[in-house]
Amino acid sequence: MRDALRAAWAIAGKDLAIEWRTKTALVSSVAFAVLVLAVLYFARDPTAVGAVDVAPGALWVTFTFAAMIGLNRAFLLERENQAMDGIRLAPVSPQAVFFGKLAANLVFVGTVELVSLPLFILFYDVPIVRGLPALLGITAMATVAFVAVGTLLSSMVVRTRFAELMLPLLLLPFLVPPVVGAVQATARILADRPLSEVQGWLKLLAAFDIVFVTISTFLFEATLEE
Amino acid sequence: MIREKAEALARRGSLLTAVALLALAGVYLRALVFTPVERFQGPAQKIFYVHAPAAWSGLLAFAVTGLLSVLYLWLRDRKVDLVAAASAEVGLAFSVIMLTTGPLWGKPIWGTWWTWDARLTSTLFIFLLFVGYQVLRGAITDPETRARYSAVIGILGLVLVPFIHMTVYLFRTLHPDPVVLKPGSPGLPGEMLVTLLTSFGVFTLLYLGFLAQRYALGVLRDLKDEEASRAVS
Repeated sequence: MRDALRAAWAIAGKDLAIEWRTKTALVSSVAFAVLVLAVLYFARDPTAVGAVDVAPGALWVTFTFAAMIGLNRAFLLERENQAMDGIRLAPVSPQAVFFGKLAANLVFVGTVELVSLPLFILFYDVPIVRGLPALLGITAMATVAFVAVGTLLSSMVVRTRFAELMLPLLLLPFLVPPVVGAVQATARILADRPLSEVQGWLKLLAAFDIVFVTISTFLFEATLEE
Repeated sequence: MIREKAEALARRGSLLTAVALLALAGVYLRALVFTPVERFQGPAQKIFYVHAPAAWSGLLAFAVTGLLSVLYLWLRDRKVDLVAAASAEVGLAFSVIMLTTGPLWGKPIWGTWWTWDARLTSTLFIFLLFVGYQVLRGAITDPETRARYSAVIGILGLVLVPFIHMTVYLFRTLHPDPVVLKPGSPGLPGEMLVTLLTSFGVFTLLYLGFLAQRYALGVLRDLKDEEASRAVS
């Protein structure tokens, strides 16, 4: 167990170090997130629909689209110079590799979210003071949900033709439960409603996290073999 | 040897399909001429005898794919993967029938082509998921990798379906839709029930016929691929 965690840590550290040195994906994801937020602000009739009404949807469309850019990159790194073969040959369990990749992706997507969240609050002028911790909690839950499935899927699609096209096509159906739940919860938080109103959604998010992190961990082994 | 077997299976599959198609013509005849017109829905209700059985066959096909995906990762038998793939493709065909006949009936009866009801939404996303499954299969050349990857998608899909259902359920309990003109059908009259059950049987036969042919085709295609790669190397 200790060894597996150390291996996972090493893989996550390696991915994040590569990203930190180039910052290509990070900068493009953040810029992309800002663009989507700005475009979605204008995708409404300002006389009929207030910015605050479209805000929850805009936030989650932005988060998921920006995350998809990062997820595509996660295993693209390993395709260069057959790095994946090196990982496969290393004496570490597939579960450790998955957790390493998952951790790196979570840090990446989390960073993009943390940078775009203040911009979202500024752009959409949302009244959020008391609700901020709750919003961060919801964001964490939903992010774990789609990054877990996304990490598994991206390990497969990089070895197919049209990898960049394939990930959204396969991942979007899996985004339905976490994103719908997150949007509903965000709307309640922005309206200053108590979280108990969205208890059902919180349970759904928690169940999705547990089920899909577990199943992705075990299925990952099947995508790694040669 | 394998080729002869596959060809024999394809012949049996087409025979089965031919029988099922004949029976389908019989179902049409019975539904249109010998089954009474529903009092409230009028002739529009006739589409039900095609829609519900097509939905049954489509979902049966996807369930078979999901279960065979689990089986494949366990047994690693190429044949299991080929049946799963065949079932997914046949399921897509039936789903298209379901998704086109549904709105045709929905417009006159519900007053809308589409509503985000739990059943409609789940089937739509299952359909889209299996479109993705087909596209993924098309994008991988190595048969072993293709089988493993599609099995992963099949299993994930199996787990996703209840979550989507729950999502729509929660969504609707928060926002109750006032347009629930859904006519509850508490038990069908005998004649309608017989027509419907016959149609279910016929569509199941059609599924089996298509599946057998599509599987045989998959085996033959695999053989051709092998021959081709041997010729190259």
